[in-house]
Amino acid sequence: MYRYDEFDHAFVRDRTEQFRDQVNRRIAGDLTEDQFKPLRLMNGVYLQLHAYMLRIAIPYGTLSGRQMRKLAHISRTYDKDYGHFTTRQNLQFNWPKLEEIPAILEELAEVEMHAIQTSGNCIRNVTTDHFAGAAADEADDPRPWAEIIRQWSSLHPEFSFLPRKFKVAVTGAARDRAAIRVHDIGLELRRGGPENSLGFRVFLGGGQGRTPLVAKEVRDFVPEHELLAYLEAILRVYNRYGRRDNKFKARVKILVHERGIDEIRDAVEAEFADLRGGVLDIPAEAREKISAYFAPPDFETLPAKSDTLEAAWKADPVFGRWVARNTHPHKAPGYVSVTISLKPTGGVPGDAKSAQMDIVADLAERYSFDEIRVSHEQNLILPHVKKDDLPALYAVLVEAGLATGNAGFISDIIACPGLDYCALANARSIPIAQRLSERFADADRQADIGDLNLKISGCINACGHHHVGHIGILGVDRKGEEFYQITLGGAPGEDAAIGEIVGKGFATDEVVDAVETIVDTYLQHRSSRDEPFIDAYRRLGKAPFQEALYGS
Amino acid sequence: MANTSKTRVLTANRLGDGRVVYLGDNGWTSDLDLARLVLTEADAETAEAAGLIGVAEREIVEPYLIDVEAESDGVQPLRLRERIRAEGPTTGNSRVAPQPEAA
Ligand code: HEM
Ligand code: SF4
Repeated sequence: MYRYDEFDHAFVRDRTEQFRDQVNRRIAGDLTEDQFKPLRLMNGVYLQLHAYMLRIAIPYGTLSGRQMRKLAHISRTYDKDYGHFTTRQNLQFNWPKLEEIPAILEELAEVEMHAIQTSGNCIRNVTTDHFAGAAADEADDPRPWAEIIRQWSSLHPEFSFLPRKFKVAVTGAARDRAAIRVHDIGLELRRGGPENSLGFRVFLGGGQGRTPLVAKEVRDFVPEHELLAYLEAILRVYNRYGRRDNKFKARVKILVHERGIDEIRDAVEAEFADLRGGVLDIPAEAREKISAYFAPPDFETLPAKSDTLEAAWKADPVFGRWVARNTHPHKAPGYVSVTISLKPTGGVPGDAKSAQMDIVADLAERYSFDEIRVSHEQNLILPHVKKDDLPALYAVLVEAGLATGNAGFISDIIACPGLDYCALANARSIPIAQRLSERFADADRQADIGDLNLKISGCINACGHHHVGHIGILGVDRKGEEFYQITLGGAPGEDAAIGEIVGKGFATDEVVDAVETIVDTYLQHRSSRDEPFIDAYRRLGKAPFQEALYGS
Repeated sequence: MANTSKTRVLTANRLGDGRVVYLGDNGWTSDLDLARLVLTEADAETAEAAGLIGVAEREIVEPYLIDVEAESDGVQPLRLRERIRAEGPTTGNSRVAPQPEAA
């Protein structure tokens, strides 16, 4: 994985010292809250309902065992013994004391981590496919590019005060596991240039929040070495034309929507013509130097089939089910990527106790070449596990309460912190997620329902991705009561779509039943067990669901 | 119930650790039952002035008035948001973990 060079180390150390000084000056009274707030936000420190919240960047969702152990140590020492993994492949601590945050940042810097650019109107943590560098279906590893973008965008003088925050996601596979079409910029690394060379398909202007929009393709191929020139061209156009007059219209998606993709494309092409071949051209050596950090580990030469695995599978059907759901095909024969579900029945999606973090760190070191990923679905991934090792790995996960075999099932819920923590929330998300996961806990029933993603946000900011849930739930405030609006037909992947509101909302004690009615309606109407929920919804439209929910 | 809709309390978050506090008769308290009840416009002005002093003295940030119901058995915020602020998250890992109490 990427290792800091001397520059990075010095930079993060300086930044930590700078923030320590700022906190001291705030507490001593030399800075007012108005002066301090933008400074703390630049370092990932928010004020939520009960306490400060610290958002830690996990670049492209990749962690080593040592880093994970540090996160466990921080939760134990400075927080309440747990952390919350988010859809932005970040980690949030909900209870740090302001006075202690500089010490936390110092601990993070020891393991090459920080909280810079996790907030504010800058280019945020670049997210990627959680199976990057491992997935059988990928053209190439997208993480070197995520790192190149990170280096280019970090503290870029021109882009530190954008009209609004800016989110980039990059994937190396046509199958989109990183929701790239609902990011400001989505990049798909693919072959398609001369002699089958690599480059990027570029999507622009996606986003969620109060105006959800699916990104438009702005260019079908940008050669690899010209990526930064092309991105800079986009950012320049955005900086020039993006609306600074109205916060709600400031995202690039609004610019694309208002002006049309063709006009924006022309403007970007004009800038690109100006920039290409210049200093932003990425020399092959520089690219290779970064790629070397992400070189594939030394995979053993193994047969594709593992007898150990097959025997264990036959002996234990629950294990078999877990393998079927929570492993993903790997590039290297005899290996898989493992999803460690952070969605136990009745649990808080994305939360991990510090003891669990330690266990995942051990497992990564023992079984996955010391690599861990955080998925935007709020799970943890061990990307490179030998099939032969799965039974032993599983046994440890069972002991740790981390062996729920529900990846991609209805109980694999994305939920934002909602009104239990968030100062902007209208309604709670977590208790709804917990009740839904209890309602659908039965493993046979989940298997029967099949792929179905359910996503919950506590307000229209859509941190819980509800717009792209097959079933989306949005918390609203109706005359002081929590109320939940349901959308259907959203999708985060290469078939991205924004869900449609199915009808009037539901009170807290009705919403779980309403979801069950929707699921039962799907089960009745699907053409066969092979027609997943989203396909059935696209074929049937809203009508049968509305009828089941509200009568005709 | 006597005119409960007019009863208010000044709340804020403590600067040093962000924890929820209320303006009481003897400074800031994390116990809502000890909060000073704001019944009149004059009370509100006094409380808000105390809030500004709290900000200036770097004890607290973001003070604001909330509606409460004061009954014999204690003070209850009217809005759910404030009930959650008063009592902590309604579910999840912060409820079961030992709570390192702030000074
Ligand atoms: C203190 C807590 C949080 C605050 C104040 C906050 C604030 C916001 C706001 C204001 C937006 C809307 C941006 C816009 O439409 O321009 C937003 C969007 C978003 N946030 Fe959060 N958020 C919080 C926590 C989280 C968490 C926990 C996650 C991950 C689970 C998250 C992930 C996202 C995502 C994915 C979006 C939508 C993508 C987009 O920007 O279009 N946020 N957030
Ligand atoms: S969606 Fe709303 S309630 Fe949920 S975390 Fe984002 S801002 Fe808070």
